[in-house]
Amino acid sequence: MSAPDTREPLVRARNVHKAFESLEVLKGIDLDVMPGEVVVILGPSGSGKSTFLRCINHLEAIGRGSIMVGGEQIGYRMKDGRLVRLSANAIARQRRRIGMVFQQFNLYPHMTVLQNIIEAPVGVHGESRASAVENAKRLLARVGLSEKIDSYPRQLSGGQQQRVAIARALAIRPDLMLFDEPTSALDPELVGEVLNTMRDLARQGLTMIVVTHEIGFAREAADRVVFMDDGVIVEQGTPDAVLGNPQHPRTKAFLARFL
Amino acid sequence: MSTQQAIDASPSGDASVRDVVNAHTPFRYDRLILWVALGALLANFGWIVANNENFEWPVVGRYFFDPTVMQGLYVSLGLTVVAMVLGIALGLVLAVARMSTDRLASTLSAWFIWFFRGTPLLVQLIFWYNLSTLFPVLSISIPFGPTLASWDTNSVITPMTAAIAGLALNEAAYMAEIIRGGLLSVDRGQSETAEAFGMTRARALWRVIIPQAMRSIVPPTGNQLISMIKATSLVSVIAMADLLYSVQSIYNRTFEIIPMLMVAVIWYLLITSILNVGQGYIERYYSRGDRRTGKDGPAEKPTNTTMAEEATH
Repeated sequence: MSAPDTREPLVRARNVHKAFESLEVLKGIDLDVMPGEVVVILGPSGSGKSTFLRCINHLEAIGRGSIMVGGEQIGYRMKDGRLVRLSANAIARQRRRIGMVFQQFNLYPHMTVLQNIIEAPVGVHGESRASAVENAKRLLARVGLSEKIDSYPRQLSGGQQQRVAIARALAIRPDLMLFDEPTSALDPELVGEVLNTMRDLARQGLTMIVVTHEIGFAREAADRVVFMDDGVIVEQGTPDAVLGNPQHPRTKAFLARFL
Repeated sequence: MSTQQAIDASPSGDASVRDVVNAHTPFRYDRLILWVALGALLANFGWIVANNENFEWPVVGRYFFDPTVMQGLYVSLGLTVVAMVLGIALGLVLAVARMSTDRLASTLSAWFIWFFRGTPLLVQLIFWYNLSTLFPVLSISIPFGPTLASWDTNSVITPMTAAIAGLALNEAAYMAEIIRGGLLSVDRGQSETAEAFGMTRARALWRVIIPQAMRSIVPPTGNQLISMIKATSLVSVIAMADLLYSVQSIYNRTFEIIPMLMVAVIWYLLITSILNVGQGYIERYYSRGDRRTGKDGPAEKPTNTTMAEEATH
């Protein structure tokens, strides 16, 4: 156990519920993520872990509870002692410091790699084109794809596309990075290059919430592992504790399949 | 095992013969015969038409660049451009409104499309032209309140404005559905990504969704443009001097009906041919992210590197 952390959490989720029609996906999630912390969320398919991630930047609206990021409640604000829904543009503003990497990469196919990366910095954050291009080149070098700067996404392999997607998310200088199963759509031999990039980011102190099935990545890179099942957090702790010595039968059953 | 050896043994000997680079495409005699037969038929038909005195080709030639015809051509082209630009702009607004989660916007848009697609264009044109009989005065006012400004309908609705209003509003209804189809064809993940990166909806639409939707919007829009050129001939009923109206005004005087119609037909065909070429260029532009290899053109032929690898076996 490290010394008690007195800082404010970057992400604070309280009693988060979410239902699609009558299907309850999240049944009361409480989670704090500290600045610089790398949290890996594990769990079987359908456990609600991707949905929870998408609630953090309000791609999905939650049904009950609250989510705060950097001291702001996502999607809402207090006005005269009452909670008011924000407009779409105000929510867009709240998302500006949250980077996201998707399972299907979701690069813009009609733009080159460079255009993909500078789109948000120039168009949303008002950065000058020259400085955005400069930054994009630096980020591409960091993910090892400098020579692909003028390629279109369809000319790249899945692993390369995902590394570009990571560079694109980093280009907005995020306070928080969300990874939604970033390696699930990749061929097995391409998973390593993406995980290596993510490991580098974790080491550099970026706050990351990663939903994944990669137990190995959780063990090496996570500060904390959260195990979700059936819409609730079943167990959480250090990788050694949760992966090495799981307490809950559902965690044990899930991990047994990876041994 | 022996067959296995035979297969293994053969490539080293006839590797260059087996190399598909050296493959020949057999000559298709049946296709050649069809081409020749069809060519002969077409040439014969062309010959018959060209030598048919009833077409009066010298008259066609004489009136082809006649000032009246040219004036009509300008009107047709101008109307097409203006109505199409207005139609696309309004169609885009309608399509976005139709897809919006705002019930008011989507309902209004649906009603507009229902009305202007559901009534014949010819009837719409005549209504616009005769608007003054329904509403002698056009005014801007607060509903049930004071009037802020008003105009005499006859001074506002000329044949030109009636034609533009009729064509553009009708076109907008069709373009709305074409654009909506294009927007729907773009992967949901794209707008989600734009959203996650903090783009406003307007920016996401403009920078991410529309450029990708263009691939499925352009071909039917080309269709619309071509049918718009021909639809402008309808405005001859409200006394707009378009291409068809101007050739009619000539043959009403000279009774050279067929040759004058041929003048119009050839002009219409010329314009649509030019538009077809333009459409090809636009389509190629919007599919630029779709090519797997270099900047343009199809995949390159197998180069020396692949040959060299083969040779090292």
